[in-house]
Amino acid sequence: MTVLIGQLFTGVSIGAVLLLIALGLALTFGQMGVINMAHGEFIMAGAYTTYVLQQVITAAGWSLLVALPVAFVVAGTMGVLLEVLLIRRLYARPLDTLLVTWGVSLILQQLARDVFGSPNVQTRAPELLTGNIALPGGITVANNRLFILALAGGAVVALTLALRLTRLGRRIRAVVQNRDLAAVSGIATARVDRTTFFIGSGLAGIAGVALTLLGPIGPTMGTNLIIDAFLVVVVGGIGQLKGTVIVAFALGVLQASGEYLTTLSVAKVMVFVAIVAFLQWRPQGMFTLRTRSLA
Amino acid sequence: MTLIRGRRILAGAMTLVAAAALAACGSKTTDGNTSAGVSADVSGDTVKVGLLNSLSGTMAISEVTVRDAITLAIEEINSAGGVLGKKIQPVGEDGASDWPTFAEKAEKLIREDRVAAVFGCWTSASRKAVKPVFEKNKALLFYPVQYEGLEQSPYIFYTGATTNQQIVPGLEYLKAQGAKSLYLVGSDYVFPRTANKIIKAYAEANGMTVLGEDYAPLGSTEFGTITNKVKSAGADAVFNTLNGDSNVAFFKEYKSAGLTAATMPVVSVSIAEEEVKSIGTQYLEGQLTAWNYYQTTPGAANEKFVAAYKAKYGADKPTSDPMEAAYVSVHLWKAMVEKAGTFDVEKVREAADGITFEAPEGLVTVDGATQHIAKTARVGKVGADGLIAEVWNSGQPITPDPYLKSYPWAGGLS
Repeated sequence: MTVLIGQLFTGVSIGAVLLLIALGLALTFGQMGVINMAHGEFIMAGAYTTYVLQQVITAAGWSLLVALPVAFVVAGTMGVLLEVLLIRRLYARPLDTLLVTWGVSLILQQLARDVFGSPNVQTRAPELLTGNIALPGGITVANNRLFILALAGGAVVALTLALRLTRLGRRIRAVVQNRDLAAVSGIATARVDRTTFFIGSGLAGIAGVALTLLGPIGPTMGTNLIIDAFLVVVVGGIGQLKGTVIVAFALGVLQASGEYLTTLSVAKVMVFVAIVAFLQWRPQGMFTLRTRSLA
Repeated sequence: MTLIRGRRILAGAMTLVAAAALAACGSKTTDGNTSAGVSADVSGDTVKVGLLNSLSGTMAISEVTVRDAITLAIEEINSAGGVLGKKIQPVGEDGASDWPTFAEKAEKLIREDRVAAVFGCWTSASRKAVKPVFEKNKALLFYPVQYEGLEQSPYIFYTGATTNQQIVPGLEYLKAQGAKSLYLVGSDYVFPRTANKIIKAYAEANGMTVLGEDYAPLGSTEFGTITNKVKSAGADAVFNTLNGDSNVAFFKEYKSAGLTAATMPVVSVSIAEEEVKSIGTQYLEGQLTAWNYYQTTPGAANEKFVAAYKAKYGADKPTSDPMEAAYVSVHLWKAMVEKAGTFDVEKVREAADGITFEAPEGLVTVDGATQHIAKTARVGKVGADGLIAEVWNSGQPITPDPYLKSYPWAGGLS
């Protein structure tokens, strides 16, 4: 029983990590149809931001807190630059965005290697987050995992509220549903696109900060994450935050149970097989967006 | 129109492929004709040796320190008059963490630079890649890193530990501490899988139970489930053969799960002083490692080595086992050459048996039959200062036994 609950928590915490890395992508890929392969490198940028800040602010707790908004802005700015310089020229050619952003991701990796060196670096976690909460029955809940769970939850709530309640959110939704109609209604679609990209990329930066609590920070960390992020978004249903959330946790729990019953490598295969089977059954993903656009 | 142009491009591409294939065949024949071995160029008052390490890519972090230690040894020998009256001239090549590149650079060092010996390689994959090159050219490689054993080559000297000098003593230490059950965690490739085969055979013969065995892909950073399994299995100790970055994620997760060196110690065989520094002492304090050398190993030879290394590369640079083995390998080669009285590879090999050197780790002796060296095994504990302090040693150098022939329980292996 203890093991079961422990594994469930592991699954949920893997889900929280998946959710954090996929959330920004759900916005840029899901809502704008842009396949951004450099999203993983924005996560990396967030992680390195934490590392750099820790050189300046030596108290681990403070540097982590400061890193959250700073990483959001750093990654967000990189996203806007990418959007302005390259992606906006390719909105009509989604497959080309894949190639271009893949090239950008390679450049960013090399840049990270040149600046920070090819060996991975670590940050010190605040003492509070290295411990755990012991529940009755010998169950322990790791503090860093709880923090990530809270962070993911917070990001989802903030994003949902922003999309539902703010003027900007309404504009984003309008552009998603029918770009042309939104444009003739007086919405500056180019500006909305830029803002969306800022938020989506900024969320990747936040994910990067969270990941420093779990493992090493390196130039190639983004490559390992981008596939998982795409899986979550595609299976969840493009443009659907609800789907992203559900699928992230479902895959997390599936991965954790698979790992427990078999091995890590086999569990990864199981997850892939499950995804392929699911997409055979529902190619459009778990949820679909009803739009009036012809595309 | 497009179709025709397409065809033309296709034809052009095929011509290129054909040309490349022909060129490849051509080079193969030349190699075949000259496989007699290339003797080193010792006509001048210097002798060249090759340094083959990854200076870029994922392995650079570890291999650069090995290169530094080799360079230090060469400088020491040169300032003491060189080898057979000739100064050593190092020729460095970058293996770039890429195994085919290692093979290519080895070939270049042997045939173009005509070096008398090559020092280097770290991963088993790079060693396996260069092995045929050294055997074909009858040239010498000194390999300085602990490895999974079950290998022997007439043209390789292994100056790191083989399994009976590191893993088996590590197990013996755990047994002496009263450990009855083990959990095995490793990276998913040749070294951990081979090591774990040996550990399971040992455990079976010594009344220990292996409660579980888990592998994570190299570079994997998700250890939630493995830690849960380890924790619920409740083993007396964990034997860790994870390599590289995964160790960071594993030890972070281990600590978050409330596991410590006091509740369930982890013995690692791939974490040395350099790695301790980068993983973070707070995650590793009190955990165990099995090696043959630590920076804290007592003795005049080590004090001299550590002082010389820090003077040359910086006071904050730790020394580690593979570095020490690399440093020792240059001195051993010098002793072999001087005993043989020539740089000729076959004569040097014949002279090797019984060569000794007062190494930082203590006295080491070359075993001519296996071309490994007798080394003292040491188990150490990571301290708050990031250094590793010895808690046990084998008392005397252990004769290398790469195929574990002298261990009855290892009968079914290899």
